[in-house]
Amino acid sequence: MKYRSQKVAYWFFALSMLLLSLQLVYGFIMGFAHMGYDGLHSVVAFNTARAVHTNLLVVWLLSGFMGAAYYIIPEEAENELASVKLAYAQLISLAVVGVIAIVGYHFNYWEGRKFLEIPRPLDYLVVVNVLTFLGIILVTLFKGKKRTTTALVLTMGLVFAALLYLPGMIWFDNQAIDSFFRWWVVHLWVEGVWELIMGGILSFLLIKITGVDREVIEKWLYVIVGLTFISGILGTGHHYYYIGVGKIWIIVGGIFSALEPLAFLGMALFAIAMYRKGEKKHPNKIALSWTLGTAIVSFVGAGLLGLAHTIPQVNMYTHGTLVTAMHGHLAFWGAYAMIVLAIISYAMPNLTGRKLYDTTTGLYAFWLSNIGMLGMTVAFGVAGVAQVYLERKVGLEFGDVQKEIQVHFLILVSCATMFTTGICMYIYEFVKHGRPSDEALVTQ
Amino acid sequence: MLSKSQAKTFFLGGTIVTFAVFLALSWTSLSNEVPKRTHEENLTPQVVRGKQIWEANNCMGCHTIMGEGAYYAPELTKVYERRGEGYIKAALMSKTPWSPRGRKMVAYGFSEQQANDVVAFLKWIGETDLNGFPPKPDLKK
Ligand code: HEM
Ligand code: HEM
Ligand SMILES: [Fe+2]
Repeated sequence: MKYRSQKVAYWFFALSMLLLSLQLVYGFIMGFAHMGYDGLHSVVAFNTARAVHTNLLVVWLLSGFMGAAYYIIPEEAENELASVKLAYAQLISLAVVGVIAIVGYHFNYWEGRKFLEIPRPLDYLVVVNVLTFLGIILVTLFKGKKRTTTALVLTMGLVFAALLYLPGMIWFDNQAIDSFFRWWVVHLWVEGVWELIMGGILSFLLIKITGVDREVIEKWLYVIVGLTFISGILGTGHHYYYIGVGKIWIIVGGIFSALEPLAFLGMALFAIAMYRKGEKKHPNKIALSWTLGTAIVSFVGAGLLGLAHTIPQVNMYTHGTLVTAMHGHLAFWGAYAMIVLAIISYAMPNLTGRKLYDTTTGLYAFWLSNIGMLGMTVAFGVAGVAQVYLERKVGLEFGDVQKEIQVHFLILVSCATMFTTGICMYIYEFVKHGRPSDEALVTQ
Repeated sequence: MLSKSQAKTFFLGGTIVTFAVFLALSWTSLSNEVPKRTHEENLTPQVVRGKQIWEANNCMGCHTIMGEGAYYAPELTKVYERRGEGYIKAALMSKTPWSPRGRKMVAYGFSEQQANDVVAFLKWIGETDLNGFPPKPDLKK
């Protein structure tokens, strides 16, 4: 690390790890419920488990992005963070809001809108929190010596993500309009501005790890985020086919969303090409694995598995089935979970001074979690296709179909166990690095 | 070859153009299509109360509606047509977990009035024009 204030990042990463482990606990609760073991029903009903699982996911990813920004921006802007105290205050308030929300979900305190369950009063706290975060980042960036493309793209992604949270805070009487604007948050996040955040972090990692010239990397970064927005904005239409907002979206959404995989393909080719081109090989093999991994797995999970059901004629049948859950898992994992794990793997040795670059545990963590997640994806996929066929083609009752496909959840839970073993090893490595220390400062 | 500033222009230009088109399409959908397709004239205070109950209890955390939500419990867009008012009210007012096929629903024990509101909401949803969703099972004899 080059700047003392970068140490703040460590605590955001630690919060991330904590929430990730909790997320998995609730995943298992749902996996078992799908298998028919719903013993916790009266304490943690399925809708509670689901809201906790998905919200913890979003919060740990955001905490990871924030940590990434606190690590990357000082280095790119060549400036200490504007205020370390405020950054810690922001960390604590993020944790507090998260905990209140999660506890509330166990007591029927929520707003039942998928992914946006945080109740309105807490939304305002989220807004204050995010504004504080952005304030620190923007002041650091604009008072710094340099404004690199990498830093600008990352910051732009964070600012837009904050702005796009707002349409999700308006009440609409009409369910169709409610849903219409819910997608401005959910879709335009994951298939729009979060890709800028991912692209920014990826570009930073590639510059550091491969040693390829910044100008070359950042040129391609512009091309990729250009493809992202050109396809992704109008691609929002793939959520508008069947919610009562008109026919035009079947054409516009169909065409543009089918182009979205290009951005992810770009990301994968970009990472591989820069890796090949790079002469200096950074010793941090674990970070390299996660960096190349995120670029490739996001293309499979978001790009290919997204494409698989974005065609309107297919989506008519798969819309709102376990097929969606299949794609949701590998896409979130490949694109956003893995990029956060990549930057953490890169940053930890630099923050703490302990160079655990190439440990067996670290490599096992990578492979077990990825293979486990692929297995889960297959299990969801098989269950989903069977569900689509039996329910939407043959016309069996929902409940009868669910009994038929229960067995696939045994596979899901087995693969999830493998996945979780990998994550535990990752967290073990995280803990083994110890705390960030000023002794790890390097002066150049 | 492409230069960095050309790449930047591609990014900014593409974003601005597609975003403008997106806003225009959104505007026409919301002002022309939605009122007709959702029969906004039938959106009574009772339907709105039903929607509030739907959200306050996170029904979407188990069910889907218009194909959106969770995959633990049945799609409810056409439930009014499929099951009728009596069945839905029985499920909503039950004091023990409703579980016709093994899987349990939360026992909400709603009042008659609350149950009527939710039924009104589901009936209204069932009448919206969703471009043919949910599909009719074409192999069903
Ligand atoms: C990293 C990027 C992505 C992530 C994290 C992601 C995640 C998700 C999630 C969680 C859902 C379920 C949303 C809900 O029902 O509320 C979803 C739905 C969907 N995604 Fe993605 N996705 C990504 C990229 C893509 C791409 C690139 C495509 C198209 C090529 C795509 C196509 C779809 C479609 C068609 C649906 C609707 C499924 C349905 O009708 O039920 N996704 N995505
Ligand atoms: C122990 C591992 C996990 C298990 C057993 C698990 C299981 C599940 C289950 C059963 C659902 C609910 C599907 C339904 O509504 O019926 C779900 C939803 C979801 N999970 Fe996981 N999960 C795990 C890990 C993860 C991870 C690591 C991620 C992200 C990287 C993730 C992202 C999601 C998302 C985005 C949804 C919502 C999907 C949708 O609505 O389409 N899960 N999970
Ligand atoms: Fe989408």
